[in-house]
Amino acid sequence: MSDSDIVKDFLVESYENLDRLDRDLVGLEKNPKDKEALAGVFRTIHTIKGTCGFLGFSKLEKVAHVGENLLAHLREGQLTLNPAITTALLGMVDAVRQMLKEIESTGQDGEVDYPELRETLTHLLSPEAAASNTAAGKLEAALQAAAPPMSLGAILMQQAGVTPEEILLAVKKQREGDPRLMGDILVEQHAVRPADVADALQIQRTSRGQAAASDSTIRVDVGLLDKLMTLVGELVLAHNQLLQISNSVEDAGLQAVSQRMNLIATELQEEVMKTRMQPIGNIWGQFPRTVRDVALGCGKQVNIEMEGKETELDKTIIEAIKDPLTHLVRNSVDHGIELPEDRVKAGKDPTGRLILRAFHEGGRVNIEISDDGAGLNVERLRQKAVERGVTSVEQAARLTERETFNLIFLPGFSTAQKITNVSGRGVGMDVVKTNVEKIGGTVDVQSTAGRGTTVRVKIPLTLAIIPALVVTCDGDRYAIPQVSLLELVRLEADQVRTGIEMVHGVPVHRLRGRLLPLVYLSRELRLREGSGQSGKSDKAVNIVVLQADDRQFGLVVDTINDTEEIVVKPLRKQLKTVKTFAGSSVMGDGKVALILDVLGLAQRAGVVTETRDRAFAEKGTEALDKAPQKQTFLLFAGPGDARMAIPLDALARLEEFPVEQVEMSGSQWVTQYRGQILPLIRLNVVMEKRRHKLQGLQGAPAPGSGPLQVLVLNQDGHAVGLVVERILDIVEDRADVKSAATRPSVLYSVLIGDRVTELLDIPAILKSAATVPGPQRDSAMHAARGAH
Amino acid sequence: MPTLQYCTFYLDRLLFGVELKGVQEVIRSLEMTRVPLAPTVVSGLINLRGQIVTAVDLRRRLELEARPPDALPMNVVVRSEDGAVSFLVDEIGDVVEVEESTFEPAPEMLCAGVRGMILGVHKLQVRLMHVLDTEKACQMMEPAEVAVARNKLGA
Repeated sequence: MSDSDIVKDFLVESYENLDRLDRDLVGLEKNPKDKEALAGVFRTIHTIKGTCGFLGFSKLEKVAHVGENLLAHLREGQLTLNPAITTALLGMVDAVRQMLKEIESTGQDGEVDYPELRETLTHLLSPEAAASNTAAGKLEAALQAAAPPMSLGAILMQQAGVTPEEILLAVKKQREGDPRLMGDILVEQHAVRPADVADALQIQRTSRGQAAASDSTIRVDVGLLDKLMTLVGELVLAHNQLLQISNSVEDAGLQAVSQRMNLIATELQEEVMKTRMQPIGNIWGQFPRTVRDVALGCGKQVNIEMEGKETELDKTIIEAIKDPLTHLVRNSVDHGIELPEDRVKAGKDPTGRLILRAFHEGGRVNIEISDDGAGLNVERLRQKAVERGVTSVEQAARLTERETFNLIFLPGFSTAQKITNVSGRGVGMDVVKTNVEKIGGTVDVQSTAGRGTTVRVKIPLTLAIIPALVVTCDGDRYAIPQVSLLELVRLEADQVRTGIEMVHGVPVHRLRGRLLPLVYLSRELRLREGSGQSGKSDKAVNIVVLQADDRQFGLVVDTINDTEEIVVKPLRKQLKTVKTFAGSSVMGDGKVALILDVLGLAQRAGVVTETRDRAFAEKGTEALDKAPQKQTFLLFAGPGDARMAIPLDALARLEEFPVEQVEMSGSQWVTQYRGQILPLIRLNVVMEKRRHKLQGLQGAPAPGSGPLQVLVLNQDGHAVGLVVERILDIVEDRADVKSAATRPSVLYSVLIGDRVTELLDIPAILKSAATVPGPQRDSAMHAARGAH
Repeated sequence: MPTLQYCTFYLDRLLFGVELKGVQEVIRSLEMTRVPLAPTVVSGLINLRGQIVTAVDLRRRLELEARPPDALPMNVVVRSEDGAVSFLVDEIGDVVEVEESTFEPAPEMLCAGVRGMILGVHKLQVRLMHVLDTEKACQMMEPAEVAVARNKLGA
């Protein structure tokens, strides 16, 4: 240890103190009468000032001193805290922080001693208070009452006139390995009398009582923790080898020791892992200050509320999401929440609310930043998208509300009416998205016009410790995050026959009168290829009832082991494409187990169907209460038996034409329909993009084949026939689960009747049909027009 | 003349080498957890002192004949951009020191799937040592559906 180590400790401690000052000052502004908080602020400043003096940073001490003076007056009740004073004090905190940075890089407290700031701070004292000299005296009194436990050196400096140099020398000796106490060394240096040391010790003892809480924690270097982690890993490996030997030796004593060691090593590993976990509150702590500054800067009133501060995340993740979160918070205040006048006009409280919420869900950590501001303007976003050339006008009109909201994450996409100093910093929402995605997270935005906006950041479990249910399937263990778990059901061998029924090949179980679809894990993971069907088994069946999105399903596994706290490790890129697993974890015996991604598994099994399209269809965000209206669809089989649909409104009639009635007009099929010529559009032709593949599709339909199924469409007053393979059904559905289309002529894929269905883009089909070799669309239309 | 050090190993009687500085360690066969539905070249996951490492079967990756089921593979753990990856190989060879002058690019006739992974060969006295591109060997082919989805997003 050297002087620089002392300075380093001072810096770490001071940065923390400053962060606390930010929080406390903002808190005080809300409640200026809070004596307790005021004393806390005073103590913090005083500690910083005291240590600076001790280490010889005189400029820093000067700045801290004026701040302390002002605080002394506040504490005595001679002044009341107002926004001006808060701003000045926060300014001082920033100045101190700046100087600390300077010390960190150069070892000196810089050239600037902030005369203006000191001027302001002094000016804020009431004239008589500024003039009077009592402040300094009061300060000492306050010190006695409120100072944190001081080092013996500091007390001796005050009480016995020991010089800082002498103390520094003694501290150095101690750090170099001198085992004696500070007092003894000083006495030996003839810096102080033994009696003074005894007095000082007494003072120190009394003040120490107040700081018991801080004694229960110590500061540890993260590098050291990482090293510990590696060593524990080595221990586990060495132990595994011992285990193998002990198994072959058949010595009961050795086996007992080995087992015990196993338990200890596992626990040790888990505990060391936990040391890296930090509550998210650690980074949220600075947000009240951020919000205050931004709000003040743009003349807004904002209250910040926090829920789930204690949600724990790995340190590396905490670091990684700090900046994106800060940006989102600034953004909410700057763009989300309206000016007080506007809020009153809209019938809202002039003070806006900003709510930060963190919680574990679906094996991920969710962080929500919600405001009750004006919300996003869908029209303006669409307009902007067109202006920026991101989408065409038609595409923009077709974007769903959510897709539109998510446009804000595109680079260079800002709808802010004016560029403020907050938004003009070059950190856009796209950077937020990139940074969150870098750690495997997702960002999604929801908004209701006039009611506010919520940005939800989902971070993967990565390294988080979660409770999980461990199950066995075909000899391997799998962990299921407890959050998705609803209940466990066991069907004994004699109940299996009646307990599992079939709905057209899909096994279901009646759980309290409701049908629960069953998914066999071994089959979904293709563990036992072509293995026995459900129901017929004569063994007991274990069902894990899981929640995936808004659906429940039963997962059938071989054995249910136990619940465990597991440390989640992400899958490497080689396995990122396997959507059924969310991560992996090392189990107690050192073997690796995979963590099931319940949603991914449900999607694979078809319980929930949706492509996880990261841009537009992120799951679980449809929580908005504006469920789309039910629509009626005509379901039919298209080319290649694809399941397709059109809205029933678009359909005029369903017709069946024998192939003999089809005639050729150029290469276009037509038929006589109600005394007119009806052009027939073959879906397989328009959906096949490349023209040269059309060979074989040309010419008249082969005679003798079955009658053509034709949907007669009534589009813009023209009748057109659409040839499809088979009519399936007419159904009513919300069709609100969408994903982007995978081929032309399709608007998007939707869930209709719980199955993925392609919704046809009728205008696009009519348009492309007109360019298919054959009669021009005009003439076809002309013929059709006659029908009306 | 600058020399390079290679950690060598055998795959189906062919000699391969990866640059020694990219090798974290070489260990004997470890217990492996299979990953259902994973690309076939991924043999499973191993616990390397608390660190979970993906094991890539280099024989499969390099489109060689499958390893006899009774032969226990060795692990060559290499550092890749995305953390440690373990290559499963038949047998470990010596550390060899070669001069750049003995290097020659691989012939064009190498089959397409493998060409990018084998940078070339060093002509040792008695045999040829294939130089493996670690990063390329760690990269997996994406399932077609993922590639399609990505194209669609323009990402």
